[in-house]
Parts: sequence; C-alpha cells; structure tokens
Amino acid sequence: MTDEKALLHIEKLVLYFNTRSGPVQAVDGVDFSLDTNKAVVIVGESGCGKSSLAKAILRLLPRNAGTYSGKIFLEGQDVMLLDDEEYRQNIRWAAISMVPQAAMNALNPVIRVGEQVAEPAIVHLGVNKTDALSLVKKMFQHVGVPEGFISRYPFELSGGMRQRVAIAMALVTSPNLIILDEPTSALDVLTQANIFNVLKRIKKELGTSYILITHDIATSSELADDVAVMYAGQIVERGDAFRFFAQPLHPYSSALMASVPTLRGKKMLDFIIGQPPSLINPPTGCRFAPRCPSRFEKCDQDPPVIEKEDRKVRCWLYA
Amino acid sequence: MVEARESNAVLEMKESTGSLLSVQDLRVWFELRQFGFGHAGYVHAVDGVSFELAHGEAIAVVGESGCGKSSLMKAILALYKPTKGDIVFDDKKFSEFDTTIMRWFRSQVGFVQQDPYGALAPFMNVRRILEEPLIVGGIKDKLERERRVRKVMDEVKLHPVEDYWDKFPHMLSGGQQQRVVIARAMIMEPKLLVADEPVSMLDASVRVEILKLLRGLQQEHHLTVIYITHDLATVSYFSERIFVMYAGMIVEKASVDNLLQNPKHPYTYALLQGTSDPDANNALSFKEVPPGEPPSLITPPTGCRFHPRCPKIITGLCEFQEPPEFEPDKGHYVSCWLYK
Amino acid sequence: MTVLKRNLRELIRYPSAIIGIVIILLLLFVAVYALVTIPYSEAVGKWAGGEAVWYQNPKYAAPAWYNWFTSKKQPVSFLVKTADGSMKKTVTPSDQDISTMDIEYSFDYQYDSPPQELTTYIYATFADKFPFTSISWVTPDNRTIRIADYQTDHKLVVRFSQEPKLQKRLKTDQVMAALFQDPKSKEPKILKGTYRLVMTSTTFEKNSDVNVELVLHGDLFGWAGTDLYRRDLLLPLLYGTPIALAFGLFAALGTSLLTMIIAAVGTWYAGWVDELIQRITEINLVLPFLAILIMVGTFYSRSIWLMLGLTIILSIFSGTIKSYRAIFMQSKESSYIEAARAYGAKNSRIIFSYLIPRMVPLLIPALVSSVPSYVFLEASLAVLGLGDPVLPTWGKIIESAESDGALYRGLYYWVLEPAVLLMITGLGFAMLGFALDRIFNPRLRDI
Repeated sequence: MTDEKALLHIEKLVLYFNTRSGPVQAVDGVDFSLDTNKAVVIVGESGCGKSSLAKAILRLLPRNAGTYSGKIFLEGQDVMLLDDEEYRQNIRWAAISMVPQAAMNALNPVIRVGEQVAEPAIVHLGVNKTDALSLVKKMFQHVGVPEGFISRYPFELSGGMRQRVAIAMALVTSPNLIILDEPTSALDVLTQANIFNVLKRIKKELGTSYILITHDIATSSELADDVAVMYAGQIVERGDAFRFFAQPLHPYSSALMASVPTLRGKKMLDFIIGQPPSLINPPTGCRFAPRCPSRFEKCDQDPPVIEKEDRKVRCWLYA
Repeated sequence: MVEARESNAVLEMKESTGSLLSVQDLRVWFELRQFGFGHAGYVHAVDGVSFELAHGEAIAVVGESGCGKSSLMKAILALYKPTKGDIVFDDKKFSEFDTTIMRWFRSQVGFVQQDPYGALAPFMNVRRILEEPLIVGGIKDKLERERRVRKVMDEVKLHPVEDYWDKFPHMLSGGQQQRVVIARAMIMEPKLLVADEPVSMLDASVRVEILKLLRGLQQEHHLTVIYITHDLATVSYFSERIFVMYAGMIVEKASVDNLLQNPKHPYTYALLQGTSDPDANNALSFKEVPPGEPPSLITPPTGCRFHPRCPKIITGLCEFQEPPEFEPDKGHYVSCWLYK
Repeated sequence: MTVLKRNLRELIRYPSAIIGIVIILLLLFVAVYALVTIPYSEAVGKWAGGEAVWYQNPKYAAPAWYNWFTSKKQPVSFLVKTADGSMKKTVTPSDQDISTMDIEYSFDYQYDSPPQELTTYIYATFADKFPFTSISWVTPDNRTIRIADYQTDHKLVVRFSQEPKLQKRLKTDQVMAALFQDPKSKEPKILKGTYRLVMTSTTFEKNSDVNVELVLHGDLFGWAGTDLYRRDLLLPLLYGTPIALAFGLFAALGTSLLTMIIAAVGTWYAGWVDELIQRITEINLVLPFLAILIMVGTFYSRSIWLMLGLTIILSIFSGTIKSYRAIFMQSKESSYIEAARAYGAKNSRIIFSYLIPRMVPLLIPALVSSVPSYVFLEASLAVLGLGDPVLPTWGKIIESAESDGALYRGLYYWVLEPAVLLMITGLGFAMLGFALDRIFNPRLRDI
C-alpha cells in the first residue's frame, strides 16, 4: 500500500470536539491507506471514534469541532488544503460519498425517493432533471430497487428498501469511494445479506472502493479486503482480512474476536472487563493497557506503530 | 414467595402435565381501525402457535422483524389478550384467570427487555426501580424488601450494592443498566423469564458478559427461559431448543444442535446461510438469499406463508394448503410439505 | 437534592435567570413584608377609606420623590402630633387647676410653592370648662402672624386657609401664599427658612388636656402619592403584591397540575375517557373565557376566590391538554411502562408514579411562564370593575385611576406605579421561565 497506488491516503488525521468538560479527542492521529476497488473495514465499539473518522474524512464537521488537522491525499492530491466551498463542490459526493448511520431514517419524508436520489446528481454533475432521473433508474437497478419505486415516498418502503435507496443516493454521482457507517445495524439477517450482496456487486461492476465502519465483526468479513481496528481514537491494528480473521495481532483485536458468538464451530466466549477510556483525557501510554491481559511495564509508554509482514500494529508485544 | 389463593375451580382442574408453559393454537390478531367505526381487517401477528415448555428449559425463538415473536412474547406475559387459543401456565389457563391468580402469575414471570435505558424509569434510582415490583406485589415490610434487593443485586454482580443503588440509570453503562433490568425481572423469584433481544443494543464485548450472566442465572435457579432474538449466532450459547418463526407461525422446532447442523425448513436454511461468521472467505462469494420480503400480516399468502419466496416450492401444493406439523426426526418438528 | 443543586447551578449560567430570580425574590420579600406589617382587617378597613381614615392626606398628591426630578421643589405633606411626641408640648401648671400648654413645631421650608393647606386638629378633654387655644405663626424673618384664637371644643379643626379672621388680617383669601410669602419681593416668591407654629392652650380643670395634630397638605405625599379619596397608594401597592403573586401562582400551579393529570388519565385509559376529555377540551377552547368571568362577576359574585376557582376550571381544558396528550402517548409506549404492566402495577400507580414524574420537567417552565398571564388577568378583571370588592390590589388602583380620568389630569404616577409593578412581575417570571425552558428542554428530546 504505497502512496502512489493508493486511492486514499490519510496521515495523522486529528479531530477534536470542544465540549463543556474539555476537548474530546475523537480522532487522535489516524494513518491509513486504501487502494482502488478495495474495501477496508474499520472495526470498533461505540465511543472509539469511528463515526468521527468518517466525518473527518468528509469534512462534515459539527459546530463544536476544535482541532482538525492532518493530510488527506485523494489520488495523490492533499484535499485538506482545499477550502470549504471547493471541498463541497469537488470532493463531497463527487469523489467521496457517504451512507450515514440509520440512513433509512435520514431520508426526507416529504420528498419522493426518486427526487431525493436525483438531487446529488443535479447538484454535482450539473445534469438536468430528466437525465438525472435516468441515472436514478440505473442506480436503482444496481441496488435492486424496482423502477416503479421512484415515485414513492420513504414511508411506503420497508427498512431494507430504504437502505438501498440511501446507497443509490451515494452512488448516483459515481464516486470512487463510499463511506458506509453501520449500513445494516438495524436490519434483519436476510435483508442484511441482501445489502451486502448489493455492495459486493457494485464493487465488482463499478469498481467502487469502500470504507465500511461497523462494530459487527462478523458481517464486516462479508466485504473486507483489509481490516483496521480502532480503539480510543487510534487505529491499533491494520492488515489484510485473511490474516486478520485467522490470527489477529493486537490483544484488543483478539479479545474482540473472542467475544463474537459464531454460528459454526463452538468456541469459548470471553469478554473484556472494564470499559474503554474516555476520549476527553485519554491515558498516557498504551490506551488499552488497563484492560490488556498481556500488559507489561513497557506499556506505560505510548507504543509506536510496528510493521510486521505488511501488517501494522500498535503494540509493544511486537517491538 | 408471594402468597396467592388459587380459586377452587382451578384446583379441581389441576392435572400435572409436567410442563410449565403450554401454548395451544394461540392467535393474536389486532384490529385495524378505519376512520369511523368499521375495521379494515386484522393484523395476524400470531396465527396458530402451539408448543410446550418443560420446567427449567431454555428455548430461543428466532425470526426476523415482523414475524410475530414480540406479539407472542407479550401474549405470554399477559400484556395482550389472545384472540383465539389459550395459554396454560403451571396448569392454570389464562382464560380462567381472575385478579388474584393474575397477580400471582405476574410474580411468576420476569421480563427482560431490549432497550436497557428505556426499560428503566429515568427519575428513579436503582433501589427504587428494584423495589417497585416488590411493592406492587404486596411486600410491605421494608427490611424484607431491602434484603431482596441486596440479594438480587448480588446475583447480577452489581456489587458493592451500596455503590449502585443510589445511582440513576443515566449514570450507569449499558451493561450495568441491563443488569438492573435483569435484577428487576428476577426479584420476585419467578419461574419463567422472558428475554426480548436482551443484548442486541449492547456493545459486542458486553454482550457476552450479559449472556453468560443470564445463562448462569438460568442454570442456578432452574429457570425456564424464553430467549427471543434475531441473532442466530448467539443461540447455541444460550438455549437447548430453538423455534423458528415466520409470518406469525412457528415453522420449525428442534434442539439447537439439530437445527444448526440439519436445518429442515427452507427458511431456516436461508437464515443460517444469511448469518455471517467472521471469516475472510465471505468476501469472495455472494450469499443465497430468498427473493422478496416477509409477507404482510394483514393478508398473508394462502397455503404455506413462505411459498412466494421458497426455492423448494412444490407447485400445486404449497400455494394452496397450509402444511401441518411433521416430525421427520425425533424431537425435530417442521411445518413444510417437503417432509410429508 | 443533588438534582436540584445541579439544575440550580445550570440555571445560574443564564443572566436572564438571575435577573428573573432576583425580581421574584424581591416581590416575595415585599409580599411577606406587607402581610406581616399590615394585618388583613387593617388593610381592608383602610382601603375602604373614608374621611376619618385618610383626612391627613392631600388629594391627588404625587409621590414625594418627584422633587428629585424637578427644579422647582413642591411641598411635601407631613403630619405631626403631640400624641406621639412629634410635636413638642410643654405643660406649665399654674395655680387653681389652671395649666398652660405650649405646643410648638418648627420645620424647614425649602420648597418653591406654598402648600395646599395647613390644618390643626385640636382634641381637648375636659368636663365643663372649655380650654382656650391661640395659634400663631412665626416666619423665618421673625414676623409673627396670629392665626386664630378659639374656645376649644372636644374636637376643633382649624383650616388656616378658611379662617375668615386670618383672611382679613392678611388682606387676601390666598392665605397659604400669604403665610409663606417673602414680603420684600415684588413677584410672588416663597420665603425659605424655618417656620414655627406656636400654640398656647390654657386649661381650667385638673384633668383637662389638649392634644394637637398639625397637618400640612403639600402637593406631594409619601412614597407613592395619593388618590382621589386621599388614600395612600403605598397601601394597595404593598398589599397588592401578595395578592397578585398568590393569584398568579395558585392559578398557574392549579391549572398546570390538573391539566397534566387529566391529560395523563385520558391518554392512559384511552377509549371513551379519552374521547370525552378531548371533546370537553374542544368545546372549552371555543368558549369566551373573559366573557364568562365577566358574566359571573356581574351577576353572581366578585369574590377573588371565586374568580380564581373559575379561572382554573376554565383553563384546565385548554390546548395544553392536547400537547401533553401527544407526549403522553409517546411515553405510554416506553419500555419501562411496559415492564411495569408486566410486573402488575395498577393503572393508578402507572399514571401517578411512572408517567407523570416523567413530565414534571416539561411542567416547570410552562408553569413559571404562565404566572404573568394570571397576574394580568386579575388586574384586568379589576380594571373592568370586577375586582374583589374589598381587597386593595394593583388592578384596583388602575381602575380608580381610569374612572377618575387620571391621565387627563396629568396624574401619571397613579397609573404608572401599578403598571410598572405589573410589568416587573411579568418580566421576572417570564425571564425565569425562558431560562428554565432552555435548561429543561434538551432533556425532553428523549421522551
């Protein structure tokens, strides 16, 4: 994963929020890269900062955003240098789009779904309404929504259908990269499987890349080429999916894998004691140390990122 | 134990059947109100469910949203009145409950809900939340109530008790909140526990904790547990038997091992295929998913309700006739014409 | 308690809340002070008025502090009496039961116009023999002007400007002007300085006594001025405070609580109970509220308690019921209510112990913000002539001011004083209410 080949390359991305109790260090120096037509899954529990990472990449900053720095290289160009208006026009939804959390609830209830999906096309591609609608029809085909649904309102569709509409909306401008934040967390098993089939097909047919953000390790394996594990605002492990699922490196990753019930193959379930640290005053040293079963003295210092056979891990055990 | 006087009529009818809960052809239909006074039909949320639960048994009811498992659960909890059919708890029929027996029944069943934060009154502290069922159940002695609260908080491992019982729900983590919900369900020392997706709103690492806790409580107190979930992966850690529900009916009943290794109903098979394990190979292939969506419960399909989506449909039969329950293997029941 | 402290700490972050709280505390203090220092019977009695009660006050006098704002100072009324020692009295007994009483009062007069009237009220106690009193006036430049000589009856009232002999002596009927005139100036100018009133009374019996009250009727009086019945306006301003606050608070509290309870009961039981409550509400929304109050006040009774009760009854079934109902319907579906039904809680318990406490944060800002409208209601009723017949309230002041054409006469203080108090009350509660709303509202989003 070198810079030249990478579609997206992030260096030391930082996003802090200002709150009454102090700055929340949601994204604390994140580095990673993503190649074209690949999917990386960012796995972590609630409060680890993964949703904030998505917002940071898309520059969808809330009002109380504080420090925001780092480099975001999109096809070699650092887009952090662009001002907000350029970012809105050229990057957001033109190059990178997003399917936000609970997207099916984020559809405007008083506008027909066809019009909603057409809107990004009209704004970013400058097409007129008729052309936009034919684009919408194509997108609906890709995601598996019947054409007749264009004139329906969101409440007339089921949850699964609405999620597909949200994906169509992210696709309509043919971006290179889609960020999906918990795309299936509220959906049933079969609907979930359907959505992943859709995502896989789009990846194959259109060559799109994905960043999939989820806490559900099991379903993340449906799409993952690479896996990144996030804990307390930092990426603690990064590597390709096959080796990760077979043998995770970081103790947190192993503990997370051990806590996932599996359908096939009986395994002993284990849980992690304690809670993730607060992002307001993260502890010095390794942030997982208080809960780590393999902790030792060196863990009082912040571990560096260690590269091991093309996998990266932030842990003293591999120094 | 809360004392209750059993009415004479019921005492006469008592025949020990060995099962704690017996659901007999239960139907729960909701009227759809039309503007004015008519009705536009019924939502057949539960449409003919029968099963028996032995004392101390743990079963899982599995199905997707809209299959009727929540309505089934609420009917068992006596929160909905059955439209047809009956439920028998400890040899007493729901249809013959008077207020005294109903009061006794409520102390025999515990309810663990899905949303731990919503299930706790935000303006009451833990102690008050746990005392409420006791007060409602008629336990007037303050010391006795305190004793029970301590005991149950100890059992759900919220100790030291004094650290927790003055806290309000928003001061607790999700896992701790769910422990309080479980404690509240257990405080009347019930015989039956109904848990509706008890861990689906918790973080992955906490889920295991809570599931282990529930399993431990179940085994220690020899509780009968109905565990409702859509997450098939958890059932093998929690229950002995599984019931699969679809469109208001149970389509398959089997022990956990049998169902997972040898699913017979096409829908069960599809569910198992659709459930992912963390395996990188998943990304290389597409999943087989039955087309379409679960049917409307207002006008369900004729015949077998799964027939519009079933890959193994027997044309001419499945569309028109509802399959009865077959028993192709011992203890393994399927409602599917494939097993005639 | 900690919940209260936490909320209080958050509240203080808003300046509007602090201002509101300060205003309300001040009003409460005034209310308590009024209730403690003026007993109810005294307040009612004094307000009923009558010449006997208020004789020492001028009519239509503006408040004394007007002089702070004018260059030409107007005289301020005062009252002194021998009975309480504000006027000096020396008794010199002579032989044969005869006593001479020298009564004197000196005051500094620095005003630019003469007072309206100077009156002495002489009270004599005796059996047969009348005491004899002579009154003199000493100017700052030491001229002595004889005012009157009288055989003193049990009560003798000497109004200086109406004394015929004095008028003749001063050669004018503008007695007051003459008494205070600077003789050396050609245009009318007041001689400023210390004036003295000297009275000598001779009594002819052993137990005979004479007591005197001297009243100067200036253009100004006291803290609040007077009205057409010479009543000191400070009384209704002070005493009206607890009445206004009590009416406002009781009405707001009663209405809010009852509205919430009825909304909860209707929503919980649904069915015909809910339908009935909704229909009653809809009918009530159309009924003319003020017109009904006026009708009842005109044809039946104007007692303030009756008005309060009617206000509450008519206000309960208001549009607020519908908005509470909407929120209750959502709360009804909460998981914890479901759990309560599962462990067998009775309906009454669910309504009062589980549903309503959830809504109390919603209730508090609405309650505080609604107090001003009830305070204004009470004042409005009074202005329309339907105020409580005996109690002195702010609305009553405005009513008498209005019927006496105060604004036409330029007697602005009469209208402005109660109006400003009403405004301050409204402001205080409104500011506190807004601040409370801002605190409690975010939490309501997770109902």
